Amino acid sequence: MSKTVERTLLENAIVRFSGDSGDGMQLTGTQFTTTSANLGNDIATFPDFPAEIRAPAGTVPGVSGFQIHFSSRDIHTPGDRPSVLIAMNPAALKANIDDLENGGLLIVNSDAFSKANLKKADYETNPLEDGSVERYRVIKIPITELTHRAVEETGLAKKEADRCKNFYALGIVYYLFDRNMNLTLDWINRKFAKRPEIAAANRLALIAGNSYADTTEIFTTAYSVPPASLTKGKYRSITGNQATAIGFAAAAKLAKRTLFYGSYPITPASDVLHELAALRHFDIQTFQAEDEIAAVCAAIGAAFAGSLALTGTSGPGVCLKSEAINLAIMTELPLVILNVQRAGPSTGMPTKTEQSDLLQAMFGRNGDSPVVILAPATPAECFTYAIESIRIATKYMVPVFILSDGYLANGAEPWRIPDENDLPHIPVSNVAAHSEFLPFERNPETLARGWAVPGTAGLEHRIGGLEKSDGKGNISYDPDNHERMTHYRKEKVARIAHDVPPLEVYGDETADTLILGWGGTYGSIFTAVEWLNQHGVKLAGAHFRYLNPFPANTQDIMRQYKRVIVAEINTGQLDWLIKGQFNIPTTPYQQVRGKPLLVSDLCEFIQGLK
Amino acid sequence: MTESATLQKKDFQSDQIVRWCPGCGDYAILSAVQGVMAELGVPRENIVFISGIGCSSRFPYYMNTYGFHTIHGRAPALATGVKLANPNLSVWVITGDGDGLSIGGNHLLHVLRRNIDVNILLFNNKVYGLTKGQYSPTSDQGMKTKSSPDGAIEYPINPIRVALAAEASFVARTYDANIKHMAEVFMEAAQHKGTSFVEILQNCVIFNKDVFDDVYDRKVRDDHMIHLADGEPLIFGSEEKKGVFFTGSGLTVQKISDSSPEGLMVHNSKEHAPFYPNMLASMEYPAYPVPVGVFKRIARPTYETMLHDQIKVAKQRKGDASLKKLFHAGETWDIG
Ligand code: SF4
Repeated sequence: MSKTVERTLLENAIVRFSGDSGDGMQLTGTQFTTTSANLGNDIATFPDFPAEIRAPAGTVPGVSGFQIHFSSRDIHTPGDRPSVLIAMNPAALKANIDDLENGGLLIVNSDAFSKANLKKADYETNPLEDGSVERYRVIKIPITELTHRAVEETGLAKKEADRCKNFYALGIVYYLFDRNMNLTLDWINRKFAKRPEIAAANRLALIAGNSYADTTEIFTTAYSVPPASLTKGKYRSITGNQATAIGFAAAAKLAKRTLFYGSYPITPASDVLHELAALRHFDIQTFQAEDEIAAVCAAIGAAFAGSLALTGTSGPGVCLKSEAINLAIMTELPLVILNVQRAGPSTGMPTKTEQSDLLQAMFGRNGDSPVVILAPATPAECFTYAIESIRIATKYMVPVFILSDGYLANGAEPWRIPDENDLPHIPVSNVAAHSEFLPFERNPETLARGWAVPGTAGLEHRIGGLEKSDGKGNISYDPDNHERMTHYRKEKVARIAHDVPPLEVYGDETADTLILGWGGTYGSIFTAVEWLNQHGVKLAGAHFRYLNPFPANTQDIMRQYKRVIVAEINTGQLDWLIKGQFNIPTTPYQQVRGKPLLVSDLCEFIQGLK
Repeated sequence: MTESATLQKKDFQSDQIVRWCPGCGDYAILSAVQGVMAELGVPRENIVFISGIGCSSRFPYYMNTYGFHTIHGRAPALATGVKLANPNLSVWVITGDGDGLSIGGNHLLHVLRRNIDVNILLFNNKVYGLTKGQYSPTSDQGMKTKSSPDGAIEYPINPIRVALAAEASFVARTYDANIKHMAEVFMEAAQHKGTSFVEILQNCVIFNKDVFDDVYDRKVRDDHMIHLADGEPLIFGSEEKKGVFFTGSGLTVQKISDSSPEGLMVHNSKEHAPFYPNMLASMEYPAYPVPVGVFKRIARPTYETMLHDQIKVAKQRKGDASLKKLFHAGETWDIG
C-alpha cells in the first residue's frame, strides 16, 4: 500500500454487486459479507436472483444481484437503496441504476460497455456517455482488461481469466471500505485447492483490484465502517432457509423423534429440502415426492406412524396440499407446513417476495378447519419458529403453518449461535397400551387427542377424513356429535393463545399510533419506527409472530392506541383478520412490489398521516 | 407380540357393521384378506390398512388392525410415509379403478417405480360405485352411464399394463369369485419384498352387474381364463385343451394336439425380459383367455431399505449427529 487516503467514518453503508448471472455476484457478495461480519459489523443481506436459470448472457433478465447492508450499529434490513453500486455490464446497470441513491457511487466495468452488450441490454446510446448517469459519482474501470493483465502469469486461457474479474471488483470494494482480504484469500485457497492455477489467478485478481484502487487514487474519498457492539458470543451468517432447516433438525433432537420432510421442488423453498437432505446422519428422512399432494400425504402417513412430519413448499404448492391439510386437521395428527411465500397469484413471480398467503393459510380449505399459523420475523428467527412449530403441532395434535417468505429465505443476517444445551426439550409421548383406549379421547387441558402409533399392541384403531364420534372415533353422522367435534377443533387452536408469548410493544409506547406488522417485514417496520422516533414522530410498533391464534393480549394492546396502522406486503390480509376478530378501525399500508417494504416510503406515509 | 401364532380369521374382523351392498364382490375380498392375515403370522398391531375414497376404501374400517381411510387417490402416498417411518409394518393399500387409476394415477405410478414394500389391492369393477355409477378409466368404451348416456367415449386402460409400465416388481391379477385363488395371490403379494400390485376383478352388483361373467362365471371360467402357475405351460380349456403359443408374429391360441406347432408358452413370473409379462397382460377376452395369477415378480431393492442404508452410511461417514457441529458449520466469528 503506497499512499494513505483520508477515510471517512460511516455508521453504515449499503453496497450492491450486480452482473450477469455468470459473473459470480452471489459469491462476491457472500465474501464481502463474511469479511464484514468478521470485522464485527452488523449485517443484513438480500440476494436478487434472476428469474431464469440461464437467461441469455448480457440481457436484463440474466442479471443477478446481491445487496449487503453493514453497520456499526444494530440494523434490521438490507437497506432500501444502495449507496454503492457495482455494475459489471450494461444490463446490470439498467436493472439496478434506479435504485442507487442520488449522488451514490457507481463502479462500472467499462470494458463491458461494447456496442454488442449495449444492444443486448436494449440501450440505444451508451449510458456512461449520454449523461444519463450524471446524478451519480461514476467510476469507470476497465475491469476485464485489468483482470487479464493481473492473471497473465498463470497462463490461464482467456475464458478462465475472464472469470476472475469478480474478484478484481471485490478487491476494489475491499479497498473502498478498508476491509482485510485475508479471509477471502484463505477461502480461495480452500475452494480451489484442487486447481491451484485457478486459486492463484483469483488471488492475483483480488490483490490487483485492491492495489489498483489504492495506487490510482480513483476514489477521492474512501470509507470505513467500524465494528458494531453486538451481544457477545459466537456468530455465523444464516439465511432464513438455512435457519429453518437447522431448526427442524434441532427440534427432532429435542423431541427425540425421527424427522420426515416430504417436499416437491419449488422456488423459493427448495433449499430447505437440500439442507435437510444433507442431514441423513441426523436420522432425517427427506422424501422428494412426485407432486405437492404426495409430499404432504407422505408426511401425514409418517405422522400417523409416529414421525415428526413436515412438508415444505411455496404458495402454489399449498393450493395443492389443501385437501390433505384438512385430512390432518380431521384426523388430528401433528403436521408442520412450511410455506416460503412468493409473489402470487398463480405462478406469480417465483423469485420475488410477498406475504400474500396469510388468508390462504387461515381459510384456504373446505369446512371449518382451523390451523395454527406462525411467522418468523427475521432470517435467524426461522430457527426459533421451526422448533416452536413442532412443539405446538405435537402438543396440540394439530397442523401448524410456518409462513416464511422469499426475503427471509434468501436474506442473511448474523446469528448468535445458541448453546444446544440451552434449547428446551420438546416433550412428546405416544399413547401407551391400555385397555380403555379411545382414539379421540382428549387431554382436558389442551384438548389434544393422544398419539397412538401403529406397532403398539392393543391400540389398533381406524382414523380417516370422515367425521368421527367423540371419544370412540367411529364414523358418525350424528348432528350433535359433528357440532361438538367442530368446536373441539376450533377451541383446541384457540387455547394456544395462552401458550405463546404475549405481543410486545417496541418504540415509543406513549405514542397515539401503533403500527402492526407480521412476519418478514419486521426489519423494515422496526427501522421505520426507530427513524421516526428519532425524527420527532411518536410511534409504537408491535409485530406478530403468531397469527392464529393471536397472542392473548392482542386486543388489550390495540385498544391502548388511537390509531392502528397495519403494514404488510399484500392488499390487506392481516388487516382483514384484525378487523374481523377485533372490530377496530385500522389504517392499512401496503406495498406489493415483490420486494421487502421500503422503509423510506413507509416513513413518508406515516409522516403524511393527518 | 406372541399372540400372532394363535390368531384366527375372526380376530381380524372389526366391530363395525359392513356396509357394502348385499352381493357386492367386496365381501368375498374382505373374507379372503382376513383369512390371509390369520395365516401371515404378523401381529395385528403391525398391520396397517390404508385406503383412498370409494366403495373399496371403506375396507380399513372392517379390519381389526391399524387403519387409515384417507382422501381420494392418495393412499399410495400416505402408505409411503407410513412405511418409511416404520419399515416393520405390514402395509396394505386398498384402492379401486377410479381411486387408483384416475384421481390417484400419479401416486400409483410412483409408488410402483419406487418399489416401496407395500401391498396394493386394486378392486377393479370398471365403474364408480360410491358416486352412483359413472364410467371409470377401466370402463368399456361405449358403456352407458348417467354421465355417459350416449356411451363412454374414452378408451379404457388395463391396470396390469399400467403397473408393468411403472416398473412394478410384483404384478398379479385375481378375481372375487374365487376366494381360494385370492388368498393364494394375496399371500404371495404379502411375501414379496417391494411393491406388490394386485388387480382384483370385482363385481359391482348395483352399477355394473356381472361385468366379468363372460370371463369368470363358473360355466365359462375354464375356457375364458387361464390360471398362471410357474413352470406350467399356458394351457386352458374344460374339455378341449388349448394352449397359448408364441409364434414369430405374436401370440396365438391353438388346440393342443400332436400336430401343435413349436412355441407353447411356459409360465415364468421371474422372466426378466419385459416383453413376456407385457404380452400376457395384453391377453384380453374375447381374443384370448384372461390370465390370472402372478404375472411378474422380480427382486429389486426397496426404497425404504435404500433410504435406511443411506442413513446408516451417512452416520458412519459423518459421525454422530451433533447439533453443535451443525450450528457451527461454515464461517463463524467471535464478538466481544
Ligand atoms: S355400489 Fe357396487 S361396488 Fe359399491 S358397495 Fe355397492 S355393489 Fe359394491
